[in-house]
Amino acid sequence: MPWRRLARNRLSFAALGAILVVTVAALLAPWLAPYDPDEPDAAVALASVSVRHPLGTDLYGRDQLSRLIHAGRVDLLVALSATAIALTLGATLGAAAGYRGGWVDHLVMRGVDAVMAFPAFILALAITAALGNSTANVVAAIALTHVPIYTRLIRGEMLKARETEYAEAARTVGNRPHQIVLYHLFPNCVPPLIVQATLAMGFAILTVAALSFIGLGIQPPQSEWGQMTAEGAGYVVSGEWWLVLFPGFAIMLTVLAFNLVGDTLRDLLDPRMRGVR
Amino acid sequence: MSELLEVHDLTVHFATEDGLVEAVDNVSFSVRPGEILGVVGESGSGKSVTAHALLRLIRPPGRIVRGEIRFEGADLLALPEARMGAVRGARIALVFQSPRTALNPVLTVGRQIARLYELHQHVAPAEAWRRTIEMLTLVGIAEPERRARQYAHQLSGGMCQRVMIAMAIASSPRLLIADEPTTGLDVSIAAQILDLLRALGRRTGASIVLITHDLGVVAEACDRVAVMHAGQLVEIADVHTLFKRPLHPYTQALVRSIPRIDREVAMEPIPGAVPSLLAPAPGCRYADRCARVLEVCRRERPVLRAAGASHEVACHAVEVESGTAVR
Amino acid sequence: MGFGRYVLHRLLLVVPTLFGVTLISFTLVYVLPGNPALVKAGSLATPEHVAAIERQMGLDRPVHVQYWRYLTGLLRADLGESSSTGRPVLEDFRQRVPATLELTLASLLVAAAIGIPLGVLSAVHRDTALDHASRLVGVGGVAMPSFWTGLLLLYVFFYLLGVAPPPLGRIAADVVPPTRLTGLYVIDAAVTGHGTALLSALHHLMLPALTLGFAVMAPLTRMVRATMLEILESDYVKAAWAAGLPRRRVIYGDALRNALIPVITLLGVIFGFLMAGNVVVEMVFAWPGLGHYAVTSLVTKDAGPIQSFVLFVAVMYVLVNLSVDLLYGLADPRIRLR
Repeated sequence: MPWRRLARNRLSFAALGAILVVTVAALLAPWLAPYDPDEPDAAVALASVSVRHPLGTDLYGRDQLSRLIHAGRVDLLVALSATAIALTLGATLGAAAGYRGGWVDHLVMRGVDAVMAFPAFILALAITAALGNSTANVVAAIALTHVPIYTRLIRGEMLKARETEYAEAARTVGNRPHQIVLYHLFPNCVPPLIVQATLAMGFAILTVAALSFIGLGIQPPQSEWGQMTAEGAGYVVSGEWWLVLFPGFAIMLTVLAFNLVGDTLRDLLDPRMRGVR
Repeated sequence: MSELLEVHDLTVHFATEDGLVEAVDNVSFSVRPGEILGVVGESGSGKSVTAHALLRLIRPPGRIVRGEIRFEGADLLALPEARMGAVRGARIALVFQSPRTALNPVLTVGRQIARLYELHQHVAPAEAWRRTIEMLTLVGIAEPERRARQYAHQLSGGMCQRVMIAMAIASSPRLLIADEPTTGLDVSIAAQILDLLRALGRRTGASIVLITHDLGVVAEACDRVAVMHAGQLVEIADVHTLFKRPLHPYTQALVRSIPRIDREVAMEPIPGAVPSLLAPAPGCRYADRCARVLEVCRRERPVLRAAGASHEVACHAVEVESGTAVR
Repeated sequence: MGFGRYVLHRLLLVVPTLFGVTLISFTLVYVLPGNPALVKAGSLATPEHVAAIERQMGLDRPVHVQYWRYLTGLLRADLGESSSTGRPVLEDFRQRVPATLELTLASLLVAAAIGIPLGVLSAVHRDTALDHASRLVGVGGVAMPSFWTGLLLLYVFFYLLGVAPPPLGRIAADVVPPTRLTGLYVIDAAVTGHGTALLSALHHLMLPALTLGFAVMAPLTRMVRATMLEILESDYVKAAWAAGLPRRRVIYGDALRNALIPVITLLGVIFGFLMAGNVVVEMVFAWPGLGHYAVTSLVTKDAGPIQSFVLFVAVMYVLVNLSVDLLYGLADPRIRLR
C-alpha cells in the first residue's frame, strides 16, 4: 500500500481528525457541554458570541454551544443507524438478487428502480410525512432511500464473482449457497461497501438536517443541527447571525469530513473506482 | 549530402509522482531526404516519446530537457510555439498508434481530414471536401464519399489506419512519422499499409520514420534502421548491414530472435527486462542484460561512434574490441 | 436500426417504472396516520357523518380497490382536494408550478453559466490556483446544506449590504405582477414591456436562484472537470494538435465539444437535486412554489398536496431522465448510428 501517498494526503488526515472530534464530542456531550442545553436564561436571551457563551444564545437564553454539541449526537446517531440499516438490508437484497438471479433478481431490481425513480430527499420527505414525526421514522425514511445504492453495489459484485473460478471451486467442494456467498464472495465486496457507506454518511446528515429544517423529523426540544438553523432562520433578517452560522457550519464540516475520507478510501481501496483527481 | 532532419542529444524527462522518469537519453540521429528510417525497440524504449518530441508534443509533466532538432535549416526546439503550428501536420506529420482512438469519435472522418486542408492550404470547405475524397481514394478506401460521412466506430481498424495516413499526408509533409502503423492489424492488411506508405513516400519524395517493435516490418520496408533500448539509441545502420553484421549486443540479440519470414511475427524475449527509467543508473542501460558487459559500461554512457560506412554503434565493448576505444 | 431500438427500449422501461412510482405513492398515503374522512368532515361531525364520508371516499373498500380508484383518478387528472385551501389540488398546482419552474430554470442557468466554464478552465489550467479554488468549491458545495447557503446569503446581501429584498416572495408587495402569459414573471414582464415588474422580479429571483444554483453547481463542475481532463489526455486531442490545429482551438473546440456530451447525462441527476433543493429554498425565501405548498400542507396534515407533490416530482424525474437518455443518444454518434 502506498503509505507515502497516504501520509502526503494531509487533508484526509485532517478530515479523519474532524470526524473523530465530532464523534468524541457527541459521545461525551453531557460532560463536555458547559451548560444544560435546555436550560433557559432570560437574562442573556439573544446574546451574541461572548466568553461565557462562545456561540451565543437563543431566544430563551439557552447556550448554543451546548445545544450544538448535544445536537451532534442526534445527527450522528441518525446517520449511523440509517446507514447501518440500509447497508444490511441493501446488501442482503443485493446478494440474493445477484447470486440467485432469475425472478428474485427481477423483483429486487424492479423494486430498486421504483425507489430510485424518486429523488432521494423527496422520498425521505414523503416517508417521514407518511409515518409521522419521530426520530425512528426519520431513520427508517433515510435508510429506505439508501437501500438501492447498496443493493446495486452488492448485486454487481455478486454477478462478477459468481462467474469466477473461485466460486466454481467452492461449489464443487460442496459448500452450500449461503456459505459461498458469505465466506467466499462477500470479502470482495467489503472495500466498495466501506467507501459507499462513508460517503452515504454525509448524505444522511444532510437529509436529516434538511428534513428537520422544514419541520419534519426531529422535533423540539430535542436539538438537531438543521432544526437549530430553522429556529435561527427568522433572526437572520434582524441581524442575529450566530444562531444560523454555527449549526450550519457544523453540518458542513462533518459532511465535508466524511466526503473527504470517503474519497481517500476510494482511492486507496478500490483503484478501479478511481476517477481523475 | 544535407540531411532533412538532424537530431542531437535529445533528452526528455517526465516528473511523476514516484520520481523523475528519464524516458529519452541523449538520442542523436539523422534522416535523409526520401529515405525510410526504421526506429526499432521493445515497448518502453522511448520510440514514441522521441517521435512526439520531434513535433514538440511533450506536455507537463514531461519536458524536453535538452537537445537540438534541425529541420529545414531551423532548430525546432528554439522556435516559438506559434510557429510550430506551421510545422505540425504541414511539414512534419505524425501517424499515431492505435488509429481508432486517434480519431475524434464525434466528428465524421471526412470532416477531420477536410479541416486540415482548410487550415494548411487555405481552401474553401467545398474544395477541401473534394480534396478529402481524392485523398481517401489515394489511400485505398473504397466508396470514399460514403465513408467520409461516417464516424470512426463505423470503420474497420485497417480503414482507420488509412484515414490517419490520409490526414497525415493531406498537406504533403516532407517528413512523415508513422508510430506502429501495423500493430494490431492482421498480416495482410499490415502488408497493404506498408505498401501504401512506401508508395506515398516514393510519390511525394517525403522521408518516413517508421517506428515499430517488429523487425520483420523493418526488414521489408526500411532503408536504414535505428535501434533503441531503454531510452538510449544504441545502433544505427543501413538495413542490410544491421541484419548481416549487427555490432551492439542488444541488436545482435534482437536479430537472433527473428523468426522465419514465413511465420507470424513474434519476438522471443531477450533475457531480463527493460530497466526502469525511473532514476536510472548512469552508464549503459543494457548493462544488466548484456553478456559482454564491462566495468566501464556501468559508469559511463557509451557514445555513438562510427563503425563503418553509415554505421554507428554506442557500446564500450565494441570500442574495446575494435581497438577504437579512447583509453 | 440500432437507434430506433434504443429509443423503444427506453420508452418501454418507463412504463413499469411509472407504475412502481404510483404504487409507492399510494402506499405512502395509505399508511398515513389519521383519517382523511375525519379531516374532511370536520371535528364537529357525528360518527355517522364520518362513516358516510368514508363510504363516499371509498375508504371502506379493500386495498387493491382503493389503489385502482387512485390510479384511475390520476388518469382523470383528479388529484383530490386540499383541505386547507378547499380547492382541488390540481388547481393549486396550476397556480404554483410557474413559481417553481422559474426558480428551477434560473438556478439551472446560474449553475451552468458558472459551473461549466469553471470546470473547463479548471481542467485546462490544472493544478493552478484557479483549479484548487474550483475543486474547493466542488467539494465544499456538496457539503453545504442549501438552507444554510440561502440564509448566509440573506444575511450578507439583505441585512449587511441591503442589496437584496426581504424574503417575502417573488415580487415586491407594491408592484403589480405582469399579465400572466407563462406564469414566469421575468418572461411575462419582459414580453409585455413591464419594466418595474421585470426589475422587481429579477431582484427577488436573485438570491433564491444563487442559492439553489450554487447547490447544484458542485456536481456539475466536478464532472465537467473530470471529463475534460480525461479528454485532454486522449489520443485524438493529441493527434489534432499534431496535425497543426492550434492548441486553443483543440481545447475549446474538439475537447470541449466531446466533454459536453457526457455532461448531458448529468442533467437528469441535477434535476433531482433541483427538485429536492426547491423544497428547502422555497421555504427559506417564502417562494410560493410547489415545494412551499407541499411543506405548509404538511403542518395541517393535509394529505392531498403532499402525495400529489411527491408523485409529480417522481413523474417529472422519470420523464426528465428519459429525455436525457434520448438526447444523449442523439448527441453521441456512437449510439445514434449503431
